[in-house]
Amino acid sequence: MEDTQWPVWEVFVQGNPGIPHKHVGNVHAPDAEMAIQNARDVYTRRSEGISIWVVPSNAISASSPEDQGAFFEPSNDKPYRHPTFYKIPDGVKYL
Amino acid sequence: MEDAKQLVAFEAKIAAGQKIEPKDWMPEAYRKQLIRMMSQHAHSEIVGMLPEGNWITRAPNLRRKAILLAKVQDEGGHGLYLYSAAETLGVDRTELLSQLHTGKAKYSSIFNYPTLSWADIGAIGWLVDGAAIMNQTVLARGSYGPYSRAMVRICKEESFHNRQGYEIMMTLAQGTPEQKAMAQDALNRWWWPAVMMLGPSDDKSPNSDQLMRWKVKLESNDAIRERFIDRTVPQAEFIGLKVPDKDMKFNEKTGHYTHGEINWDEFFEVIKGNGPCNAKRLKDRVEADKKGRWVREAATAYAAKQAKEREIA
Ligand SMILES: [Fe+2]
Ligand SMILES: [Fe+2]
Repeated sequence: MEDTQWPVWEVFVQGNPGIPHKHVGNVHAPDAEMAIQNARDVYTRRSEGISIWVVPSNAISASSPEDQGAFFEPSNDKPYRHPTFYKIPDGVKYL
Repeated sequence: MEDAKQLVAFEAKIAAGQKIEPKDWMPEAYRKQLIRMMSQHAHSEIVGMLPEGNWITRAPNLRRKAILLAKVQDEGGHGLYLYSAAETLGVDRTELLSQLHTGKAKYSSIFNYPTLSWADIGAIGWLVDGAAIMNQTVLARGSYGPYSRAMVRICKEESFHNRQGYEIMMTLAQGTPEQKAMAQDALNRWWWPAVMMLGPSDDKSPNSDQLMRWKVKLESNDAIRERFIDRTVPQAEFIGLKVPDKDMKFNEKTGHYTHGEINWDEFFEVIKGNGPCNAKRLKDRVEADKKGRWVREAATAYAAKQAKEREIA
């Protein structure tokens, strides 16, 4: 059998109940179950998490950095999406 | 966009304090330098497990043994973070490991010295991890995102390594005269290698300017060394030990210590492979890889079997 380093899995850890899982790094593993075990040993040795997700690296699609400007541009000219866009007189409450 | 324009954008980004991410455009020299640094750093973490691993079975009590195990396990984790950071630049971990095992790749000179007594475990945590922290807190400000994030993570874990080492030294220094002598002997043997592991003076090296501009390097080796010495000498004095440098003096004017001459010939000999333990470290590393092979094969076979069972079910 070929001695390989196995596929790469991206690791996401949830630090506390109620907060999102956050990307922390990756591990090599032959399957998801062992990826989760490796991730526990590598990324949660000091109670950093209560839940782990692993995702095969090659299953992740990403936006491309070259297009960053144009890709996110549509939101730049829409300040009216923010509450501070609107002028409300000082006397008005709870708005 | 042609290279020249991309280079301008790349340097502007770094100057603005932004991180470079794996898929961003980068000069070939930057990519190469980072792969070299990250893989050497990763190799140092896992080769560094060997001299300390040597004492796990002989730790003086259960508390020390559990601590040393946890420390050595951390170093394995550091190796993993760094190999994975290197992989973001398109190199394969198997390839990096084979460079290590065939003697093509370098790792930190410090791990080619032997651990002769229990006090050496204290000296390593205190001095070697201490010097590494000085270097790594600087690297955490580097421009390459994955490397810098790995450094932040590693620095958080290193502080325990440093403190447990100092605690070992302090305990020995406050013990019997024999124990204190053992601590002093370990300090005598590890001091200069620790001072040297931060690397030779690099102010005059030709690509220093570029590496500084690209925030691959952020401070000179000498500046980092000075900080290490300034912090460590008083720590030695506090526990009644003396660094083995008769020229070590505090300079009131500069507020820094001045040290005696460093034997760089020794450093370059160790780098070239002629240190006391180079051959042993390489042999042990290759052996560890060979011995771990059946575990990797078993895990692969188990994963295949599980997948088949899921298919049937
Ligand atoms: Fe480390
Ligand atoms: Fe360490």
